[in-house]
Amino acid sequence: MKALCWQGVNELTVERVPDPRILNAQDAIVKVLLTTTCGSDLHLLGGYIPSMRAGDVIGHEFLGQIVEVGSEVRRHKVDDRVVVCSIIGCGRCWHCEHDMWSLCENSNVKPALTEMMWGSDPAGIFGYSHALGGYRGSHAEYVRVPFVDYGAFSVPDGVDDMNALFASDAAPTGWMGADLGGVRPGDVVAVWGCGGVGQMAARAAILLGADRVIAIDKYPERLAMTERHIGAETIDYTRTDVIAELKERTGGRGPDVCIEAVGLEADATGPQRVYDKAKQRLGLELDRPFAVREAVYACRKGGSVFVLGVFAGLVDKFPLGAIMNKGLTLRGAQQHGQRYIPRLLDLMDKGELRTAHLATHTMTLDEAPRGYDLFKNKKDGCVRAVFRPWA
Amino acid sequence: MNRAVLGAVTVGGIGVGVTRWLTSRRTKARAVREAGRWMMVTINRDPDEVVPDGRLPEPLARLGDTIEVQVREAPGGRGTELGARPLRPVPAGVGEVLARLEGEDPRQAVRRALRQAKCLIETGEVLRPDEQPDRPTPTGRIVDLAAQRAGGEGRL
Repeated sequence: MKALCWQGVNELTVERVPDPRILNAQDAIVKVLLTTTCGSDLHLLGGYIPSMRAGDVIGHEFLGQIVEVGSEVRRHKVDDRVVVCSIIGCGRCWHCEHDMWSLCENSNVKPALTEMMWGSDPAGIFGYSHALGGYRGSHAEYVRVPFVDYGAFSVPDGVDDMNALFASDAAPTGWMGADLGGVRPGDVVAVWGCGGVGQMAARAAILLGADRVIAIDKYPERLAMTERHIGAETIDYTRTDVIAELKERTGGRGPDVCIEAVGLEADATGPQRVYDKAKQRLGLELDRPFAVREAVYACRKGGSVFVLGVFAGLVDKFPLGAIMNKGLTLRGAQQHGQRYIPRLLDLMDKGELRTAHLATHTMTLDEAPRGYDLFKNKKDGCVRAVFRPWA
Repeated sequence: MNRAVLGAVTVGGIGVGVTRWLTSRRTKARAVREAGRWMMVTINRDPDEVVPDGRLPEPLARLGDTIEVQVREAPGGRGTELGARPLRPVPAGVGEVLARLEGEDPRQAVRRALRQAKCLIETGEVLRPDEQPDRPTPTGRIVDLAAQRAGGEGRL
């Protein structure tokens, strides 16, 4: 079959690779109909996530049709149209049973790598390095889905493919940030990043009853999209002092909940931009935490900061003193998608959550390297490039 | 400071750090060996499902009398804490490094068996990794080596 393969830092090629096979009785094979770029893929491209090897198939956010099931699959059958959670969860370990699916204890089949990096092993993820299981990704014609009864969700007839696609990762990730960040009716919520996940976090905050939602970015087209499609206010961080602006808009308090949806390749203005980029280049710091730092300083006393953006390792100049002395709650996670996807599909079916506008560019799998160039370099207003492997 | 000097300082700093880390690890590793550390895993099932009628789950049973095993109820309704450790001596020093690279350290087999037992009891199957690309590169070989060994390791 055809697949998009990582070959090295900033090097992607479309290759012929062997078709996936059923390896466990609870597996299914899914024919991929739509699969999208995600900001976290850029960390793989940039070489920030260790343990990629040449020939790995990337991609983790996808929708498709089941074409084969293992003998122990009970909830799905051939021909089901499904959106598949990017996180692989067994559904029966303690963390899965407690709805913390990205902490699944059985789906990462190569746990020692993340134990060395982080002290323990989180769940496996499609197409996201050998540290997270070494599973083949979704930028391919077919993908093997382990524990399919728990990770695949039938799409309601009233939801089209392009909207349902983002229930795989962007929408549940954003929803989790608002939910576990503790958004309550009447809150003021600030979201750093107006990419797909940031927009979904802002929309989730609105649907959970936030009084005001303020999204922060620098790209005019993303800011405009967030205002138009999500209904949030925006701040261009290159034109103003974000913390002062947030204080002004919140009566001097700061936002009740701050959601960071940027990750380890964040950008910024001022001296910290030079400082962190230099340290990262020299290998003295793995991640650039501009947005998290700003969120911590901006957050109201006693407020909550949720880290949605992907970070790989160590950061520098982290304001732990602000967290302690302001009484903040700091949380983060890879997405617990299985917890939210049924509700999100229901909201999509009712027309309360729309996501298709994120797909600014649609193309064939053969064009995927160009899609990643558009996406990585924010060319032509690209927010998400979506690939159709069978077009 | 030019790039060469900066690079030398960086490499030197990392070297000092790694040396201290390795020294610390050796000291800790010796202490662990002397204590005969148990490797533990918590299984989200009651003890009578983990060891029905005292029978060990298949992945551990395969190791026969090369290991000793302990079973206890986990606190807070978290199921069962299952522990195991090899009976034969574990390698030390350079021998430990070589044994690990070869996959011959007896602790690796015990860790793998514990993880497989947990997955089997909780889900009904031992999850298999995807087939990997056959594309030899220098960095790929390092990742391969780490990943191949990683399946038998991990915090338990």
